[in-house]
Amino acid sequence: MSTAATAPAAEITLDTFPKYLLHNAARFGNRAAMRHKDYGIWQSWNWNQQLAEIRSLALGLQALGLKRGDRIAVIGANRPRLYWTFTAAQSLGATPVPVYADAVAEEMAYVLDHAGVRFAVVQDQEQVDKIRSFAEKIPLLTDIIYDEPRGLADYDPRGLHAIADLQRKGEALLKADTGLAARWEEEIRRAGGDDISVMLYTSGTTGRSKGVMIRADAAVKAALDTAVFDKLSEDDSVLAYLPLAWVGDHYLNYAQGYVAAFCMCCPESNETVAQDLREIGPTFYFAPPRIFEGLLTSVTIRMEDAGWVKRKLFDHYIKVARKYGEAILEGRPVPLSGRLSYALGKVLLYGPLRNVLGMSNIRVAYTAGEAIGQDLFSFFRSLGINLKQLYGQTEAFLYVTAQKDGEVRADTVGPAAPNVDIRISDTGEVQFRSPGMFTGYFKQEGATEETLTEDGYVKTGDAGFFDTDGQLKIIDRAKDVGKLRSGALFAPKYIENTLKFFPNIKEAVAYGDGRDFAAAFINIDLQAVGNWAERNNIAYASYQELAGHRQVYDMIARNVDETNLRLSKEPIMAGAQIKRFLILHKELDADDGELTRTLKVRRAFVADRYAPLIEALYDGSTEKYVETEMTYEDGRKGTVRATVRIMDAKVHPAAQLVREAAE
Amino acid sequence: MNSRPENLVVAAPDDGIPAGELLMDVRNVSLSFGGVKAITDISFNVRKGEIRAIIGPNGAGKTSMLNVINGFYTPQQGTIVFRGQERRSMKPHHAVRQGIARTFQNVALFKGMSTLDNIMAGRSVLMKRNLFWQMFWHGPALREEIEHREKVEEIIDFLEIEHIRRTPVGKLPYGLQKRVELGRALAMEPSLLLLDEPMAGMNLEEKEDMSRFIIDVNRQRGTTIALIEHDMGVVMDLSDRVVVLDYGKKIADDIPDVVKSDKHVIDAYLGVAH
Repeated sequence: MSTAATAPAAEITLDTFPKYLLHNAARFGNRAAMRHKDYGIWQSWNWNQQLAEIRSLALGLQALGLKRGDRIAVIGANRPRLYWTFTAAQSLGATPVPVYADAVAEEMAYVLDHAGVRFAVVQDQEQVDKIRSFAEKIPLLTDIIYDEPRGLADYDPRGLHAIADLQRKGEALLKADTGLAARWEEEIRRAGGDDISVMLYTSGTTGRSKGVMIRADAAVKAALDTAVFDKLSEDDSVLAYLPLAWVGDHYLNYAQGYVAAFCMCCPESNETVAQDLREIGPTFYFAPPRIFEGLLTSVTIRMEDAGWVKRKLFDHYIKVARKYGEAILEGRPVPLSGRLSYALGKVLLYGPLRNVLGMSNIRVAYTAGEAIGQDLFSFFRSLGINLKQLYGQTEAFLYVTAQKDGEVRADTVGPAAPNVDIRISDTGEVQFRSPGMFTGYFKQEGATEETLTEDGYVKTGDAGFFDTDGQLKIIDRAKDVGKLRSGALFAPKYIENTLKFFPNIKEAVAYGDGRDFAAAFINIDLQAVGNWAERNNIAYASYQELAGHRQVYDMIARNVDETNLRLSKEPIMAGAQIKRFLILHKELDADDGELTRTLKVRRAFVADRYAPLIEALYDGSTEKYVETEMTYEDGRKGTVRATVRIMDAKVHPAAQLVREAAE
Repeated sequence: MNSRPENLVVAAPDDGIPAGELLMDVRNVSLSFGGVKAITDISFNVRKGEIRAIIGPNGAGKTSMLNVINGFYTPQQGTIVFRGQERRSMKPHHAVRQGIARTFQNVALFKGMSTLDNIMAGRSVLMKRNLFWQMFWHGPALREEIEHREKVEEIIDFLEIEHIRRTPVGKLPYGLQKRVELGRALAMEPSLLLLDEPMAGMNLEEKEDMSRFIIDVNRQRGTTIALIEHDMGVVMDLSDRVVVLDYGKKIADDIPDVVKSDKHVIDAYLGVAH
């Protein structure tokens, strides 16, 4: 029923998402807005149905007491009803606050208390239990509303409601009062873009999480810009599988979904994402480098176990793809023989492989959050997948830079995104002004002032520079960039990323600021190294045992040597090559506080926790006995004891300056 | 198909017996194999809606008792009254028809078949179309298959095994296989569910998961459960009433707290010389 035809999103400027809900229901009423795989079937809702669901939920919430200016927490996996809660709350002028579902009770209590939420909409019993365990710390919270009733039948019903019941209540109200629906819509139309659309808590890489407030008109403006940039329309679709509380999910799926009116699909469960991806075949896709790495690793492992013919075929056509694939994707000239080989490869390998990965229909794919290895990046692009990089922040409501189709590189993050202003400060820090820019941190004016410059730019805290072709290159967190005693620049993240490009190395933490040389902790990748161990008949009982194995050390030593060779070729990095390293006896884990919930290393915390090991790296000893407390998956604590070996690595002479020094 | 059923459809069938009333009464049952007495003069009952545990040390006769209940063994003496019907001898498939489903101590699934097909197999007893229709898989047989598939999907959702729907069960870890087996038993919509050591060979986390599923099956679906279990801690937490066997004889029958402090039970478990 697209009466307004298919007007490109940019021609109509509405300034809140609920307005887009009404607008989309009017222009695309019968098109799918939401899908969710449930009971083995993709259940779907069109825009009209989605409008009805949101309306009854909003009225139910209103009856419960939710009003303009309130804040309401949303906690759980990617489920239609939780996404509807966002719009329902926004339609009443309340602010949704998504919270990471896997946050430990203490973290969650902090956020709920700090945000001052009155209601929490959660997925299931697990979250109800978690919130009730610290209920006394959050006196403001009065009601918990849940999606899945399972296991909650025997609970104290005071302050506990099912979403379905609220919706029934809302429907009953609609029946009883014929003017209610119109008044609700009128309320939406009357609201201005100055409402806080959403409050996103930062993952807390540095200290406590902060509540980033995004205004409705800013959110809409930003989403419109990038939807036009990537030509997103109602014909697109996404699989919404990223954490609800993360800016990436809220922006890429929710915000862009509303302004471009595309269909958002919710997976059946976390474990079925790969399968669901295959069934949906989305056209727009985002994944952090870690996931692409996992996909490549699993493809490689499966090919190692495949028969001889298939392996040969795979190796041959992957070579062809590496040679011509990216050129064909970018429309650069390719000899006819190359085109023919590639076309054959597409039939035999690339097509089926993309299908297995659920990437058959992808038009635009992004990765961000961490540096991505050149090999990894090229692998996916050579299969014909338009994978690009972006650089973003919660404070920007995601986009700061984004690569244009056809101007894509693995080691940069692209030029400024549409309407974004970027500059590099004297200290080398990246600063920006953008349409989606936040209005401040909730209840933390001090922190807001610290983050904004006097002329209104946001300090990203990242050090970077513009490369010759105008693409931004991020080196590290600005405050992490240090100097060795020799004066050489020490950028730990750059070193760590170079290390992590080796499949055997899952995580690395480099030290060296104010020291004589750079040194590193390494976590091996259990999947990759475990597979290697299996093929080489190396028996091991645990991560710890495998990590301490002599042959594993030798293998990692070769990777470190290769890393040093690569570093030596980068003029500004050559001074800080790794002189000594060790393989940690346990995996760094978010449950132990060593990683953030988005799985970034908390460098200072790790340094503190493993201080004796750092000391051993610098005092020349060859091994060190340590005891470390760790948390198991079920929450119990235990202690790991280990004698960790420390190895020396060779330093390569710095390469001659080929291009002009960047500084 | 937008709405999710809030009250699960696959529940224990309404057999006209109100909760708390007698569902099964075991009267003076004795069973021997040649000269070996496996069970001696045992009587106990199971009430509708409860979780009933049968415990005892190794060789106490627990599994024999379960086999008697579901008709695999015919006792030399005694009777069993199930849903008001007395019976002396019967075959396992009669037990199934009467509404008794079970799982096994050693998982007994079709290893080469997927999770979905295994659970679907549990519905076969409820399928009404004959082989003729099923061969054509058309018309009424297809409609019936769809109905059954919906129920199976509810069970898959209930047991949170969506991600292994299409995986051959032989490839699954043990804890998940146990869950699939529970799913297959549930698919029969039993009045009485017999679980033979549902936690055997599991680690702590798997035990906790399984306990939660057993409680949910009981509370949400109203399925009456009789279970055999070795792990005393689990039994005491889960069950409403416990009967304790030792050397084929009943030595205690009460609520967990009383059983826990019963001298005979403590002796049996600590191994006092007989």
